[in-house]
Amino acid sequence: MKIVTSWLREFVEIPASDHELAEKLTLAGLAIDGVETAANGESVLEADIGTNRPDAMNHYGLAREAATIFDRDLKPIRPTFQESSKAASDVASVEILDADLCPRYTARVIMGVKVGPSPEWMVRRLEAAGQRSINNVADVTNYLMLENGHPLHSFDLDQVAGRKIIVRRARAGETMETLDGIERKFTPDHLLICDGEKPVGIGGVMGGQNSGISDRTVNVLLEAAWFEPKSIRKTARHFGMHTDASHRFERGMDLNFTGTATDRAAELIQKVAGGEILKGRLDAYPNPQPRAVIELRRKELDRIIGVQVPAAEVLRILRRLGFMPDELGYGNWKMIPPSWRLDVTREIDIVEEVARHYGFERLPDSLCSWAGGVHRPPHAAMERVLRDTARALGYDETIAISLVPEAKTRRFSSEEPAAIGNPLSAESAVLRTSPLPGVLDAVLWNLNHGEAESRVFEVGKIYRHAGNAYEEPPTLGIALAPGDFLHLKGDIETVLDQFECAVSFDSAVGVDYFHPGRSARMISGGETLGRFGELHPRVASEYGFRQPVWAAEFFLDPLYRAGLRVPKHRDLPRFPAVDRDLSLIVPDSVTFQSLHRQVHGAGIVNLREIIAVGDPFRGEQVPQGHYSLLLRFRFQSSERTLSDKEVNDEAVAIVMALRPLGVTLRLESR
Amino acid sequence: MSEAISEKVKRSLQDLGIGDEAAVTALLGELRATLDRDLASGQDAETLRIHWLGRKQGLIGAANDNWLKTAPGPLKRVTGKLINELRKHAEESIDALKNAATQELAGERVDVTLPGIRREIGAHHPVQWVMQEIEEIFRSMGYSVETGPEIETDYYNFEALNFPPDHPARDTQDTLFLAGSGNYLLRTHTSPVQIRTMEKQKPPVRAVVLGKVYRRDAPDASHSFMFHQMECFAVDTNVSLCDLKGTLNEFTRRFFGPHVKTRFRPSFFPFTEPSAELDIGCLICGGSGCPVCKRTGWVELLGSGMIDPALYGFVGYDPEKVSGFAFGCGADRLALMKYGINDIQLLWQGDKRFLRQFR
Ligand SMILES: [Zn+2]
Repeated sequence: MKIVTSWLREFVEIPASDHELAEKLTLAGLAIDGVETAANGESVLEADIGTNRPDAMNHYGLAREAATIFDRDLKPIRPTFQESSKAASDVASVEILDADLCPRYTARVIMGVKVGPSPEWMVRRLEAAGQRSINNVADVTNYLMLENGHPLHSFDLDQVAGRKIIVRRARAGETMETLDGIERKFTPDHLLICDGEKPVGIGGVMGGQNSGISDRTVNVLLEAAWFEPKSIRKTARHFGMHTDASHRFERGMDLNFTGTATDRAAELIQKVAGGEILKGRLDAYPNPQPRAVIELRRKELDRIIGVQVPAAEVLRILRRLGFMPDELGYGNWKMIPPSWRLDVTREIDIVEEVARHYGFERLPDSLCSWAGGVHRPPHAAMERVLRDTARALGYDETIAISLVPEAKTRRFSSEEPAAIGNPLSAESAVLRTSPLPGVLDAVLWNLNHGEAESRVFEVGKIYRHAGNAYEEPPTLGIALAPGDFLHLKGDIETVLDQFECAVSFDSAVGVDYFHPGRSARMISGGETLGRFGELHPRVASEYGFRQPVWAAEFFLDPLYRAGLRVPKHRDLPRFPAVDRDLSLIVPDSVTFQSLHRQVHGAGIVNLREIIAVGDPFRGEQVPQGHYSLLLRFRFQSSERTLSDKEVNDEAVAIVMALRPLGVTLRLESR
Repeated sequence: MSEAISEKVKRSLQDLGIGDEAAVTALLGELRATLDRDLASGQDAETLRIHWLGRKQGLIGAANDNWLKTAPGPLKRVTGKLINELRKHAEESIDALKNAATQELAGERVDVTLPGIRREIGAHHPVQWVMQEIEEIFRSMGYSVETGPEIETDYYNFEALNFPPDHPARDTQDTLFLAGSGNYLLRTHTSPVQIRTMEKQKPPVRAVVLGKVYRRDAPDASHSFMFHQMECFAVDTNVSLCDLKGTLNEFTRRFFGPHVKTRFRPSFFPFTEPSAELDIGCLICGGSGCPVCKRTGWVELLGSGMIDPALYGFVGYDPEKVSGFAFGCGADRLALMKYGINDIQLLWQGDKRFLRQFR
C-alpha cells in the first residue's frame, strides 16, 4: 500500500529523511519496497505489510511504529466537534441479532450534509495514495481507512427503511444488488446489514445499491463495526469480492476503535460536507469481550533473543507500541495487548515485539553448539554414485518437471497416474509414472536445436497410487541419440557394476515402447530392475524423433537394497595369459549367454575369460539359421606358465563341450 | 689385423713402439679416421660424446692420459698439438650432430594454441550442484539430511505448521491438490519434513532438507510450478535468534563467498515466531542499485525464524524446555543468483548448450 509521508509525519515528529524512515521501518519488520514521488509531487512509501499486521496497513499504524523507532510521542486521535441537541437514538436504531458474526456495531447520524466535491487537500492525499476522489462523503470513508485503518460504511439514512439497522444472518434465497451492480443471492452463512425491510449491505464486504450515498443524499448514517474475520473471508471468497473492507476485516480490526472511528468520521464529514452531528453514538456491543493478560518472563525473553535486552529498553519499546506492562518482580511483566494488536496473544508474540524494535541487526552472530553425529538417508551415497557414474560416461544431468500431460506418461506405463484435481493446464495434469518422458524430451529438444548428439540422464522419482495413499519410488532414466545396443549395454553394465547386485539380461521386455528386437530387460533376484534399448520406431516417430533414439529405465529400489559394491582385491596373476580365438558357427537359437554357461559348466581348469571379438555375422558362407561369432578364450594359471599343449587341449575340450548345442568350429586362429 | 684403436689408447707410446713424429702423426691419423667413421655411423650425439669426450672412458681423454703424458720430451709438443686438434674436431662435429638432431625434432613442433581434444564427460545440473553444495555446507556444520514425500497431506503441509484451515496465508500459496483423495496435495514447501523429523526424533534435532516443491503458478522466467527448496532447522535447549543469525551469515558466506553483504530483518511466517528475512547485497550491482534489486541494493534471499512454539504441540516437544530455528528458500533461486541465470525455464529443458556450462 502507498503511504504518503507528509500525512504520516502529521502524527509523529520524525527526525529523519523519508529514505532513512523507509530503511528503519524495513528493519523493524514493516517492509518498505521503495520511496517514490507521486504525480502530484507527494513523497510516497511503497509498503508491503504482512497479513498479520492489519493494524499497520494505514498511516496512523505506521506512525506508531515510527514513534517507537525514533522514541517520539504519537499524536492521539481525539475528534472534536459540536453535537446537536437532538439525540441520534431518537432518529435511528441499531440492533445485532447474530453477535457471533458481528460482536459490535457502532453508528453516528449526521443530518443535512451537502454532497459535493472534496477539498483540494483531501483529493491530493487520496491521489498520492492511489485513490480516486468520488465525492466528499464517500471520500471521507476512504480517507479514514487510509488514515487509521478502520473500514467505514455510510448509508443514505433516508433510504434505510424505518431508519433501523438490523445485523443478522441472511435467510436462504434472500437477494440484494451490491454497489458494483451485481445481484447477489445469500445463504445463512452470510451476514447482512438490513433495514426495517430488506438487506442494505453485506457486513464487512460491500454495501447495497439501494442505500448508498448519492448526489441527493442529505442525511447519513455512518457505520463502524467489527466483523468476525473467518466469516468475512468465507463470504468474500464465496462471492469472489475482495474489497478493501473485507481485506482488513478478515485480518482483524480493533474492536475498541469503532467509537473513535465514527467520531473521527463525523468530525471530518462535518468539516468537508457540513451538516449536524446528532448527539451520541448508536453502539450495539451485546457481549463485551475482554482480552487475556499475558505474562512476559525475563528468562523467556533472554532464551529466545539470545542477548539480554535491558529492562528500560523493553519497557520503552512496549509502551511506545501501546502495551502497558505491569512489573511482576524478578524482571517479569504482565500486560493486556493493545486492542488493535489481535496478532499478539502469547508471550512469544511479545518477545517478537521487543526483538524487532531492539533491532535484529544489533544481535551478535553465534552458532549453536551441538553434540552427536550426522546422518543422511540410506540411499544418498548411492544416488551420488549413480550421478557421478552417469556423468563420467558422458551423460548430461537433467531435471524434468514431474507434472506431465496424461497421454505422455501413459505411453510408457500401464499404471493409473495420480491426477491433479486443479491442474493449471492439460500439460501438467498428472504426475509422471515413468522416467522416460523427461529424458526423451531433453534429447528431442537438443536434436531440434541443432545438436548432432545428445545423451542425458535423470535420477528422480516417479509417483504411484499405493492403496489409498501414494508412493514415490526412485528411478534412473537415460536417453541418447544416436546410439547402439552394445554401447548402451556397456554403459548400463558400468552403472550396475557400482552395486553389489547380480543382474542378468533377457529379451522379454514385456512392454510395447521398445524395439522388439533391440531391447532387453534387466533382472535381479527375479525382479525387473529395468529395461533398455532402441525406442520402438513407431513410438519414436510419434514422439517427434526423425532418427532412432535409445533409452533406459531403471527402478532403483532393488539396486538401493543391494547397496554399493565393495571392491575385493584378487592377487595379480604371476604368469602370462594365453589367448585362443575360435570362430564358431552357432545356431540362431543359441545365445552368447548359453555358450558361456555351457563352456563354464565343462570344467575347463585354466579358462579365465571369454571375450566376444566383433559383432555376430550372418550371411555368405554361414549356413541358413546360423550366425558366426569370433570368441577369444583366455587361459591362465596361477601356478605356472601354460604350455602350448595344455592350452590346445583345453581349446579342444571347449569345442567338444559346445558340440551338443549344435555349435561347430569355422576356423581356428591364434 | 692391426690392434683396435680403442685398445691402443690404453697403452703408452713406448708400449706401442712409437718413437718418432711420423709414427705419432700416423697414430693420431688412425684415431681421427675412427672418429670420422663413428660420426658418419648414425649414432646419436650423446653416445658419441660419452665414447669420445666422456670424462672417464672417453677415447680422447685416454689418448691424452696414456699417450701425451708418457710421450718422450721431443714428441710431447707434436702429440699434444694433434690431440688438441682432434679434441676440437670431435667437439665441433658432435655439437653439429646434436644441433642437427634437435632441429629435426623441432621440425615436428605442434601448435600449442590449438584447442585440446576433450574426452566427453557429462554436465552437472546446476540445481543439483547447488543442492549438493548446500548439503555439504550444512553437514559440515552438524546437520543431518532428512527427506519426505512430495505428495503430502494437508496436515503436514499446513495444519501442523500452524496454518489454521482458513488462514489468509493459505491464499498466497496456491496449492495443487491430488484428484479424488481430497486430503492429498503436492507439498508447497519442504517444511512438512520439519514436522516429520520432529515426530520421529527427540531433541536435539539439526537437519537440512532439499527437494522438489510445487505451486500453482503460471510458468514464466521466474516462476515454475515445480521448483526446489532447501530448508534447515535446529531444535535444542537454548537455541536463540543470535544462533539463527550466525548460522545464516555463516551459510551465506560459505555459499556466495566471504565478501557478501547481508541484512537480517523481521518478517512474518505462520510457522515461525519471531520471523525474519535475510537479504543479501545485490550481486548484480554490488549494492549501488539496479533493476534486479529494484534500486534498493538488496535482494531477498530467504525466510527464517524461531520455530513457533505451537508447532511443538504437534510433535510432543516441550516449548518451555527447547527452542529452535528454521529457514528455507528456493534452491533454484540460489542457483540462478550464483550462476547469473536469468530464466528459470532453462533449468527444465535439458538443453545441452546450457547444461554443458556446468561441467
Ligand atoms: Zn542491484
